[in-house]
Amino acid sequence: MQDIAASMPMTQVAPRDRSRLIVPVLLFATLALAPLLGLVGPDRYVLALFTRCVIFAIAALGLDLALGSGGLVSFDHAAFIGIGAYAAGILTASGIDDAFLLLFAALATSGFFALATGAISLKTRGVHFIMITLAFGQMAYFVANSLKAYGGDDGLTLANRSTIFGRDLLADHRVFFYVSLAMLLAVYLFARAVVRSRFGRVLRGAKENETRIAAIGFDPYPFRLVAFVISGMIAGLAGFLLAEQSEFVSPAFMTWQRSGDLIIMVMLGGMASLDGAILGALFVVLTEELLSGFTEHWRVIFGPFLVLVVLFARGGLLGLLTGRRHG
Amino acid sequence: MSTALLAVQTLNGLQLGVLLFLIAAGLTLVFGVMDFINLAHGAQYMLGAYFAVTAYGATQNFLLAIILALVGALAAGLALEVAIFRHLYGRDHLDQVLATFGVILFLNEAVRMIYGSTSLAMPMPEVLSGSIRLMPGLLYPVYRLVVIGAGIGVGLLLHVLVNHTRIGMLVRAGASNAPMVSALGVNIGRLFMIIFGIGAMLAGFAGAMVAPIFAVEPNMGDNLLILAFVVIVIGGIGSVRGAFIAALLVGLVDTLGRSFASDILRHMLSSSAANQAGPALASTLIYVLMAAVLFFKPAGLFPARA
Repeated sequence: MQDIAASMPMTQVAPRDRSRLIVPVLLFATLALAPLLGLVGPDRYVLALFTRCVIFAIAALGLDLALGSGGLVSFDHAAFIGIGAYAAGILTASGIDDAFLLLFAALATSGFFALATGAISLKTRGVHFIMITLAFGQMAYFVANSLKAYGGDDGLTLANRSTIFGRDLLADHRVFFYVSLAMLLAVYLFARAVVRSRFGRVLRGAKENETRIAAIGFDPYPFRLVAFVISGMIAGLAGFLLAEQSEFVSPAFMTWQRSGDLIIMVMLGGMASLDGAILGALFVVLTEELLSGFTEHWRVIFGPFLVLVVLFARGGLLGLLTGRRHG
Repeated sequence: MSTALLAVQTLNGLQLGVLLFLIAAGLTLVFGVMDFINLAHGAQYMLGAYFAVTAYGATQNFLLAIILALVGALAAGLALEVAIFRHLYGRDHLDQVLATFGVILFLNEAVRMIYGSTSLAMPMPEVLSGSIRLMPGLLYPVYRLVVIGAGIGVGLLLHVLVNHTRIGMLVRAGASNAPMVSALGVNIGRLFMIIFGIGAMLAGFAGAMVAPIFAVEPNMGDNLLILAFVVIVIGGIGSVRGAFIAALLVGLVDTLGRSFASDILRHMLSSSAANQAGPALASTLIYVLMAAVLFFKPAGLFPARA
């Protein structure tokens, strides 16, 4: 049965034109040059801010795979970030600080949690799915709170950044920024490949019309589950980087509001466009920084802004910029 | 693990249960009838508590404060419905999530701006501030018993409203098939507004009732909201009866789990391991319960839609 999809003409989903390359190239070039701002401003502050942008862009890309392509409104992703971060934090506290080992542990644990919770929550759709992912995310949050050996609700300070082949290359803030950026690029290229593969087409097909996809012989469940696990592991990667960057992990990484922030990033950028997820993450992190410098009550402005975007601008930022509607 | 302790924790569990029921009842009707996910419901509970504190400060009268809080919660709920929510009923769940999330950000921060981040307290009325001796060695605060009683009372009232009135009939019909109700000539927009108003009042009532025993602070509704979701998932979307039973179940399992998990584990593990694992296990219990219910009954215990 599945041969039918394999033989579907490729032209329908192939990239429409070269102009679509402009946005990602500009985005990555801007990010790569961002540390130059450090020449005119406080160097470490600029680097830390843009490293944060890059890390959240990775998490938002991960979520975009589940949310944009799969239509899964997941509130689990803060938990995946937190689990990746705690994997790195707990291993560091136990004296293991090899970057590859920590990364592997972060991916394995977040992937496992995504598999376990996804297997249950993907049995449901719609409002049910949202509520169940909220619940599982909250469970991870409370478990992290109760880990008294690892700081409980105070969190856990990492003694040092991890090492690569025993050398502390990542301790340099500039190196760390470019390593994070390289990871973002790798994740972006990977996500693009996934979205354009046969797998990605089935996923989007199931989002647009589940009955039709079922009628041509696909069971959407395994596709969604794999997408959810990949998406969770990417968020876990972001968590690992976040723990390394701040040299600190805490349950506050996993609050459900943090998952809401990620959804805002993806939605503001424009769903299922990948470029949009990066743009949205940049926008949210920088706006938060800008507004919070202006007033500590910046949420009073950001909340109504969000409501207005939902009510009036449905294509997200990328849609406003390019005049296209996504998702 | 003495009987007195067990009894106290059971009562505490019941108290959490009725509180969750008050929050979940409105939420489950809004889900069931409008297919609308309202994340701001927890913020409406918070508003109820702040209204009560403010009204008490102005009037120094407990009963009046509760009534004013109810009126305030209803007004705030209807204002939100008219200004924002009614434009979202037909929309994607994602849009609903984002817009209501924006409302939470705004309400929490607005309250923080006006009242500050420090938690407020509301004094409880003199007559209810004592403790009562329920059995030898067991003193229990009267006010907490009143909260349990009031919650059960509201539950019964809601039961009568939903099962024995014309509005209730429309609500039940709406929960099982809203487009059909609309097609039969019922003003569905007005029905939605009534349901939303009832939900807002129930959440506000819950907030007002707990103002004397909980810390009244800006984010107080956020975590309770997720527990209310667990209740709705277990009870079945759209079912008030399901919400009631599931709320008591979740309240009891959570409270008793937190008090006794370490003790029970101590029979199986070493004392220090039990102290480490107990709290972690206790905090997952209700979610495991939810997963188990979903596994056997994916639509919850009492689904409103057949």
